[in-house]
Amino acid sequence: MNVGLFVPCYIDAFFPEVGIATLELLEKLGCSVAYPVDQTCCGQPMANSGCQDDAAGAEAHFVDCFKDFDTVVGPSASCVNHVRYNLDAIDQTPATRKVRTITRELIEFLHDDLKVTAFPWATFQHKVGLHNSCSAVRKLGHVRPSELVYQPHFSKTEDLLKHVQGVELIEIDRPDDCCGFGGSFCVTDEAVSAKMGYDRVQDFHRHGAEYIASADMSCLLHLKGVIDRLKLPMKVIHLAQIFNGGPL
Amino acid sequence: MTRAVDPEGRAERFIALEEHEATHDRLVWGMRQHRDQAVAAVPEWEELRELASQIKEHTLTHLDQYLEQFEQNATKLGTQVHWARDAEEHNAVVYDVLHGHGVKSLIKSKSMLQEECGLTPYLQRRGIEVTESDLGERIQQLSNEPPSHIVVPAIHKLRSDVAELFAKELGTDPKNSDPHYLTESMRNNARPRFLKADAGMTGANFAVAETGGFVVCTNEGNADIGASVPPLHIASIGIEKLVPRVRDLAVFIRMLSRSALGAPITQYTSHFHGPRRGGELHVVLVDNKRSERLGSPDFWHVLKCIRCGACMNTCPVYRRGGGLSYGATYSGPIGVILDPGFDLRKYRELPFHSSLCGSCTEVCPVKIDISEQIYTWRRVVIGNGLLTITKRVGMTALGTTLAHPTLFHAAESLGETTLKILPRAVLYNPLNPWGKHREMPTVPRQTFRHWYLENRRKL
Amino acid sequence: MSAREDILTAVRRNVPRPAIPLPDVPSLFPLNQGKREGVLASFRKQLEVMGGKSFEVADATAARVKITELFPAAKVVCSAVPEVPGTRRIKDVRNPHDLNDVEVGVIRSHLGVAEAGAVWLTQEDLVVNALGVLSQHLVVLLDPAVIVATMHDAYQRISLAASPYGLFMAGPSATGDIEGVIIHGAQGARSLTVLLVANHA
Repeated sequence: MNVGLFVPCYIDAFFPEVGIATLELLEKLGCSVAYPVDQTCCGQPMANSGCQDDAAGAEAHFVDCFKDFDTVVGPSASCVNHVRYNLDAIDQTPATRKVRTITRELIEFLHDDLKVTAFPWATFQHKVGLHNSCSAVRKLGHVRPSELVYQPHFSKTEDLLKHVQGVELIEIDRPDDCCGFGGSFCVTDEAVSAKMGYDRVQDFHRHGAEYIASADMSCLLHLKGVIDRLKLPMKVIHLAQIFNGGPL
Repeated sequence: MTRAVDPEGRAERFIALEEHEATHDRLVWGMRQHRDQAVAAVPEWEELRELASQIKEHTLTHLDQYLEQFEQNATKLGTQVHWARDAEEHNAVVYDVLHGHGVKSLIKSKSMLQEECGLTPYLQRRGIEVTESDLGERIQQLSNEPPSHIVVPAIHKLRSDVAELFAKELGTDPKNSDPHYLTESMRNNARPRFLKADAGMTGANFAVAETGGFVVCTNEGNADIGASVPPLHIASIGIEKLVPRVRDLAVFIRMLSRSALGAPITQYTSHFHGPRRGGELHVVLVDNKRSERLGSPDFWHVLKCIRCGACMNTCPVYRRGGGLSYGATYSGPIGVILDPGFDLRKYRELPFHSSLCGSCTEVCPVKIDISEQIYTWRRVVIGNGLLTITKRVGMTALGTTLAHPTLFHAAESLGETTLKILPRAVLYNPLNPWGKHREMPTVPRQTFRHWYLENRRKL
Repeated sequence: MSAREDILTAVRRNVPRPAIPLPDVPSLFPLNQGKREGVLASFRKQLEVMGGKSFEVADATAARVKITELFPAAKVVCSAVPEVPGTRRIKDVRNPHDLNDVEVGVIRSHLGVAEAGAVWLTQEDLVVNALGVLSQHLVVLLDPAVIVATMHDAYQRISLAASPYGLFMAGPSATGDIEGVIIHGAQGARSLTVLLVANHA
C-alpha cells in the first residue's frame, strides 16, 4: 500500500522518535511510505481557538502536501479528527475533500484497514496504563466511550496491544476523563489544565503504571510535563513505539 | 462596555482551595457515576434519547402552535396566562400580580429562569420579602451568591462553610457541621416562612400543551408546599419548556432524574392543572432571547435542554474550577453555550473554558451537540473581534509560521536553541504559564524531518 | 402589540426548517429486562431505595393497628381515608395552615409505579393538598393491584387534567445539598410508609 506519512508539527519538533517508529512500523507491515518534507501542520491549533483565518494557510498547505496520495496516515487522533471533521477554513475543492477522506489515524489504519493480527518483532514487558485521548474516544471511535454504558465494550487499541508480548494493561478509576491538554487551553486555562493533568497522572500512578501509552503525543507531552515536575517513576510512550518494538 | 467574566482566574482561585476542589470534584463525579449506574439499568436508553431529542425538535419547529394550544387549555382550567418578552417584563408582570394581591412575603422554589431574570432583587427592591425554599438555593441566597449547579446549587461549599453561614444567619451552633443538624435547622426556619407567605412561586420543568398543565420536579417537596399553602401560586415558564402530549412527558420524566442524580424520578413530581381548591394560579410564559435562539441554525438545539445538569457533572473543567467560575446564571457546558447568547461581550471567555473533550455531548439526554456548539461559539467570538489582543497576535503569528515550511523550520530551530540554552530561572517565569505546574519538554537531538533527510533521502 | 403577539410573531418568524415530525412514542417498554421480579416486588424494592418503607397488611383494621405500632406517640393523625379515621378527619379541615401540627397524614393512593417506587396522589385523594407535604410523616394505603410497571404505563392510566394537583411521590422528602449527604425530611415528609392493602371501597 502506498502511504503518505503525516508527522504532526509537535512530533516533528519534540518527539521525532514517534515519527520514526510510525515510519518503520508501516514499512514492516508492507507499506511503501513517502514523507512530504515540506509539510508543516494540519491547522488544528489555530482552528481550535476559533481562528479560522489564521488556520487557513496551514490547512491549504496540508492539502497541497497530501493531495496526490491514496492514503495518508498520521500518529495523532486529534490531528486526524481535525482533518476529517473540521478542515473547513479553506474552500472545499475536490483536492480538499479527497484529503479529508483519505487521511487515516494510525490505530484505525492498523486495526480497520490493515487488520493487523501480529507484531512478531515486539515485546514490551511492562505495566501499561492506556490513555485514549478524547478525540480517539469520542470522535474517531477507538474505544467505547464510558458515557455509553449501555453499549458493549470495545477497544481497538486493546485489541492491537494483545498482539504485543509482555504488555500488562492496568485499569484506572476514570478510563476516559480528559487529561487537560486541550490545545491552547493548556496555557490559557492553566490552573484547570494542570489540575486535570495531575489527577490523570495520579490515577495511572495509583494503579501501578510504569508507562502511560497513547495514540496521542499531545496528551503525553502534557502528562510528561506533570510527571517530570512531580518526579514520579513513570514514562510516557506512543503506541507506535510499542508496536514497532519498544522505545528508541 | 460590560466587563468580561474571567472564568480562568476564578477557576484558579477555586483550585487553590485544595479541600474545596477535591471534595467538589469527588462529589460531582459521583453524580456522573450514579447517572451511569441508572442508565445502565435502562436498556432502551439510547432509544429514549432519540425520542426525547425528536420530540423536542418537533416541538421547537412547531412552537407557536404548541404555545397557543397550551394557553387555550390552561385558560380552560382557570389558570391565568401572562406573556413576557424579556426579563424586565417578566419581573414587572410578576410584581403586578403580587402587588395586586397585597403580597408582602413570597416563598419560591428553584427556578433557573427566575434567576436568569434577576427576579429576587427586583422584588426585594420593591418591598417584597423573598425566601428561597430549596436548601441549596437558600444557602446561596444567604451567601449572596448565585447557584453554582442547576440541581445542587451549593455543591461547591463544604459543610463547615454551611455551618459558619447558618451560625451567622440562623443562629445555629457554629461548631456543628453535621448535615442532618444543618438541614433540620433549615427545615425549622423555613416552615414558619411557608405558613406566613402570601404567595408561592415555582418554575416549571415541562409544560404540556395537550392538557394546559405544567410539571415541577423537586426532591424536597418545597414546590408543593409553596403551591399548597399560600393561596396564590405563580409559575415562570420558559417558552422552550413545552412538550406536546402526556405520552411525551413520560419520556422526559424517565430521563430527567436519571441523568441528574441517578434516581429513576425525583422524590416529588408535581403536576398543576388549574388552581387548587381555594387558590389562584398564574403562569408567565417567558421569551427572553429564546425566540432569537430559535432562529440560529448553529445554536437552536440548545433549546432542547431539560436542565438535568448531566453535562456539568461530567465536565472535567466544571468539576475542577467550580460553577461560580462561569460568572453567570448557567454554568458548566450548557452555560458555555447559553450565556454568550445573552451577552457576548460579557461571556466571550466562556467558550474557551473547555478542553473540548466532548463528554457533555455523550451524556446529554436530549442529544444537544454541546461540544460542537462550544467549538462554533469560539468562531463567533473571534469573528466578532472579541479575542484579547495578545491571544489574537499570538494566533496570527502561529498561523503564519505554520503555513510556511521555511518559517516553521526556523521557528523549530529557534525554539530548540532557546529551550537548550536558557537557564531554568529564566525559562520558568510568570510569562510562561506552561511552566507553572509542568516541566518543559526536552529537546531532541534533531527534528523528525532532519532525521529523515539524513537517513532516508539524499539531499 | 401585546407581549403575546410579539412573542408568537417572533417564534413564527424563527421556527427552524425543515419541520421535524412528532415521533411515535411506544406504549410499552419492558421493565428491568432480564430480571424476573414481579411488579410488586420491583415497587417495594425501588420504594426502599428512594427512602420509603412498605408493609403488607390484611385490611383497614390491620392498617389502623400498623399505624399505631409505627407511630405510638403521635397525637395528631389526620386521615383522608374514611376507613382509617385517625384523630382528625381531613374533611373537617378548611385551611391548609391548620395542617401544620399534623404528625401523621394518612392517604389512599390509587396508582403505584414500580420503576419509580412512587405513589400517585391527587387533590381528590388528599382533599387538602398540603396534607401531603405539611405532615411530618406519611402513611399511604395502596392496593397492590393498581401498581403498574413504568411511567409510560402510569401516564396512560391517569387523566392528568382531571385534577388541579397530581403528585408522584417516591419516598420521603430528601436533599443532598450539603456535601451530597442524603438527608430525609428536608421540607416535606420525614418518612413515607406504604401499606399494601386491597381497596374494597
